[in-house]
Amino acid sequence: MSAELDIAQRLVELVGGRAEAEAIVASGRAALTRFANSFIHQNVGEDFVVASLRVAADRRVARGSSNRIDDDGLHALVDGTLEAAGFSPVDDLWPGLAEPAGVPEVDNFHEGTAEATPGERSAVVRAFVEAGGGLRAAGFCDADVAYEAFANSRGQRLAGRSTRATLDGIQQTGESAGSAHSTSVRLGDVDGSAAGWLAAERARRGVGAVDLGPGEYQVVLGPEAVATIGIFLAFYGFNGKQVNEGQSFLEPAVKQFDERISLWDDVCGPGALGVPFDAEGTPRRRLDLVAHGVTVGVTHDRRSAAEAGAVSTGHAVAGGESFGPIATALVFANGDEDVDELIGDVEQGLYVATFNYCRILDPKTQVVTGLTRNGTFMIRSGELAEAVTNLRFTQSFVEALGPGRVLGVGADRRFADCEFGPGMVQAPTLRLASWSFTGGAGG
Amino acid sequence: MFEYATAAVEGALAAGAVYADARVVGSRSESIEVLNSRLEQLDRHESAGVGVRALVGSSWGFFASADLDAAGAAGARATAIAQASAEVPGEPLVLADVPVVDDSYETPHREAPLQVPLSEKVEMLMEVSRVMGAVDGVALARASLAFWDTDKWFVSSQGHRIHQHLVESGGGFDATAVGERETQRRSYPQAFGQFETGGYEVVRRWDFPGNAQRIAEEAAALLRADQCPEGERSLILESSQLALQVHESVGHAIELDRILGWEAAFAGTSHLELAKLGTHRYGSPLMNVTADATLPGALGTFGYDDEGTPAQRVDIVRDGIWVGVLSGRDSAMLAGLEPGGMVRADGYGRLPMVRMTNVGLLPGDSSIEEMVAETERGIYMATNRSWSIDDKRLNFQFGCEIAWEIEKGKRARMLRNPTYTGITPQFWAQLDMLGGEGEWVHWGVPNCGKGQPMQVAHTGHSASPGRFRSVRVGVR
Repeated sequence: MSAELDIAQRLVELVGGRAEAEAIVASGRAALTRFANSFIHQNVGEDFVVASLRVAADRRVARGSSNRIDDDGLHALVDGTLEAAGFSPVDDLWPGLAEPAGVPEVDNFHEGTAEATPGERSAVVRAFVEAGGGLRAAGFCDADVAYEAFANSRGQRLAGRSTRATLDGIQQTGESAGSAHSTSVRLGDVDGSAAGWLAAERARRGVGAVDLGPGEYQVVLGPEAVATIGIFLAFYGFNGKQVNEGQSFLEPAVKQFDERISLWDDVCGPGALGVPFDAEGTPRRRLDLVAHGVTVGVTHDRRSAAEAGAVSTGHAVAGGESFGPIATALVFANGDEDVDELIGDVEQGLYVATFNYCRILDPKTQVVTGLTRNGTFMIRSGELAEAVTNLRFTQSFVEALGPGRVLGVGADRRFADCEFGPGMVQAPTLRLASWSFTGGAGG
Repeated sequence: MFEYATAAVEGALAAGAVYADARVVGSRSESIEVLNSRLEQLDRHESAGVGVRALVGSSWGFFASADLDAAGAAGARATAIAQASAEVPGEPLVLADVPVVDDSYETPHREAPLQVPLSEKVEMLMEVSRVMGAVDGVALARASLAFWDTDKWFVSSQGHRIHQHLVESGGGFDATAVGERETQRRSYPQAFGQFETGGYEVVRRWDFPGNAQRIAEEAAALLRADQCPEGERSLILESSQLALQVHESVGHAIELDRILGWEAAFAGTSHLELAKLGTHRYGSPLMNVTADATLPGALGTFGYDDEGTPAQRVDIVRDGIWVGVLSGRDSAMLAGLEPGGMVRADGYGRLPMVRMTNVGLLPGDSSIEEMVAETERGIYMATNRSWSIDDKRLNFQFGCEIAWEIEKGKRARMLRNPTYTGITPQFWAQLDMLGGEGEWVHWGVPNCGKGQPMQVAHTGHSASPGRFRSVRVGVR
C-alpha cells in the first residue's frame, strides 16, 4: 500500500461508523523554471501534500481538507469535517459512495521525470533560448509528479501515480511574437530546440503585421486554438451538471457537430496523462463525447449521474461540486492532412496559432469572446502571407464546429496548451468554414 | 513560528544565497454554497507550511514545504534551484532598500467569521435561495459565502521580522433564468460576490436577504428583454463594472513585472513604456487612480507585503496622466523607482510577485441620477458577466448582466446581453462624468489569476459610476 493510501485509509477509519466517508490524498512535487528576456528569472519547487475528506452523516454532507498529515492533523480534519456536517441540512440528493470497482491498469508515470532536477529543466530552457538565434525568449519548463490515493467506507481502495512535463514558450522580435508548446509524460520528450525554432519562425514571420477589419473569415486553427475550443466544450457543454441545469447546448444523439469531429476523454490511451480514477473513486475509462459529429456522451460525477438517471463516468473533481464533472483528458480525432495541405486549400483566410483570454458570454449558445495571439497570418491562394495584428473574435464554438463547417482535420494531433493549463487536450489543426472576428488592434 | 522562517533563511544563506526571505503561513478557510435551497458545497480547508525565496545572481529560487521541521533544508533547496538558473543567466538582480522592521499587523474586524455558527450562515443562504427560487422563471438560485483567516510570519536575511493576521470575508448570490435559447443571470452585490478585509460584519452590511427578490425578478425579466442594440452610445457603467474595468485595463497594465517583460509569455506585457512615465496621457482629466494598500476594509489591504515592505498609497494616474506603477524591490530597482510594497504570494507555496493592492478610481462630483439626466442617447450597464482583454491590456470587450437604454435623460427599456468594446487609452479619454464619494464602493476581486504556477490574488478596486462618450456597444 502506498503512503498516500495509508493516509486515506486512516481517515476513513477515524470517521468509523459516524458517517459515510471518502478520502483522497495527493502528494508529490511541482517544479517549474520560468524564463523571460532570454534568461531564467524565477525557478520554483514545492513538495505538496493535501488530504481531502468528504463525509455524509445521515445524508448531511461536508468536506474538509488539510496538508497536516500527522496523527493530530488527521484527527483535526476528521473532527472538523464531522462537526461541519452536523450543521448541514439533510441532502436529499446525496448519491452515496462509490462501490468497490477495479480501475484500468494505467501507469502514466516516468521515473526520470519524477526525479528531474532543476538543471535538467534549465537545459531544456537553454535549448529553447538558443534556438531563437538572438530573439527575446520567455516561457516555462516544468516537471510534476503526483501520487494519489482514494479510500472510502464502502471498501474502495485505489492508488495511482502520474508525471507530466511541459515546455511552453515564445520568441519575440520586438514587434511580433511566436509560440510553441510541448507536453509529455516524460521530460525527455520535450524538445527545447524544436519548440524554440518553431516559435522563432512564427515570430520572424510576424514582423510587419497589418491591421485587419472585422469580418467572417475561413480559418485554419492550430492545435492550441483547437484545445481552447475543447476546454470550453468540456466545461460548459459536456458537463453533466450544466446539462441537468439546462445551461448546456447538448442534445444527445443529435448531429450537433461536423462529421469530421470525434471527441473523447481518455486517461488510458497512448501518451495520456493522469490517474485512472476520480475524486469519488470511480474508474475513468474512455468516454466518447462526439462520434462523427453526433453528441454521444456526457461527463458525470455521482450526483449529476443520479439526477440524470445515469451512471458516473469518473469525472468528479474534489471540491468541485458547485461546478460539476469536467473532462480533463480530451482527445480530438486526428485527421489525415498535412498542415500545409489544410492551408493550401484556403483561397483567402486566416491562420491562427493560439487564442488568448477567452471568456464565455453565454454557456447555452457557447458564444465566446477572445483574441488571437502569437501567430496570426493571412492565407492567400493557399499560402501563408502577411502577418496580422491580434484580432478579437466573438464566436459560438458549437456553431464553428457544426455540420458542414469543418473543412479539414490535420494529422498533427498532440498535447496542446491553452490558457487554462497544459496537458488537458490533445488536438490537431482544424480548417473551419468561418470565424467571426469582431475587432482588430484598433478596436 | 518565527524560528521556522529563520531556519529557512539560514539554510538558504548557508547554501550560497546573497539574500533570502521566508514566510511561514498558516491559513484556514471556509466556503459554503447553496443551490436551489440545497447545500451544494461546504468546504473547510486548513494548511500550514514554509516558503523560502533565495536570490543567486539573476534568478530567484523558491522552495516550499509543509514540513516545518525541514525548513532549513527547504532554504538550501531554494538556493540550489536558484543556482541551477545559471545555465541561462542574466544581469544580477539587486534589491531596492526598504526599512527593516520588527512589527505586527492585524486586520480590524468585529466578528471572527469562522466563529460565527455554520448554522446561521447556512440558514441565511437557504433563505436567500428560497426567495429567489420562488420567483417565476428562475431555474437556478445560488448563494455563497467564503472566509479566509491567515497568519504570516515573515523573516528576511536583512533582519525583517513581521507577523500579520489577515481576515477576509464575503459572498454573494445569483439567480439564473434558463430560456430555450439562452440563459440570463443577475448577481448581487456583484459577479462572484463581494469580498472585503474584515469579519462577518461585512456579510451583514450587504443585506443579502433584502436584495434577493429584486435580483431574481431582474433575472427572469431579462429573458423577455430586448437585445442590446449595436452601435456607438454614451455608456454609463455601474460602479462594480467600472471597478473591473480599472482592474483589467489599468491595474494589470501598470504592473512593473509586465512592463519589464517578466510575464510576457503568459499574462502578457503592457502597452505602457517606462520612458513615458509622468507624461503619457492615460485618460481624461477626471481620471485619478491610486494603489492604496491602506484603505480600511478594502480587499487588498494589509500591513506589509510579502517582501516586508510597508503598505502604502501610490498615485498611479493623476488628472489623466500616468505617474505610477505597481512594483517590488527587484523590479523597482531595475526601473529606478521606489518600491511600492505590492509583492504578494498565494499562500506559502508560491513565489511572491507583483500584485495589485487596492487599485481604485477616485470619485468625482457627479451622481448616477445626474449622468442619466444629462444623457441624450445612451446605455447604462451593470454587473459584469464576461471580460476579455489582450496581452498588452489595450483591446477589451466586456459583457454585463443587465442594461437599460437611456433616452432623453430618462432610464427606458431593459436590455439583455449588453456588451461594450474599446481600446484602453481612447476609452479612458472619453470619461466625462464620475460619481461622487457617496457612490464610491471598495469592490473586491477574489480571483485574480497571474503567474506560473498559477497564483490567485485578492485585490481591491474602488469606483463610483462613470459615463463614457461614444463607446461601441452591442458586439455579439
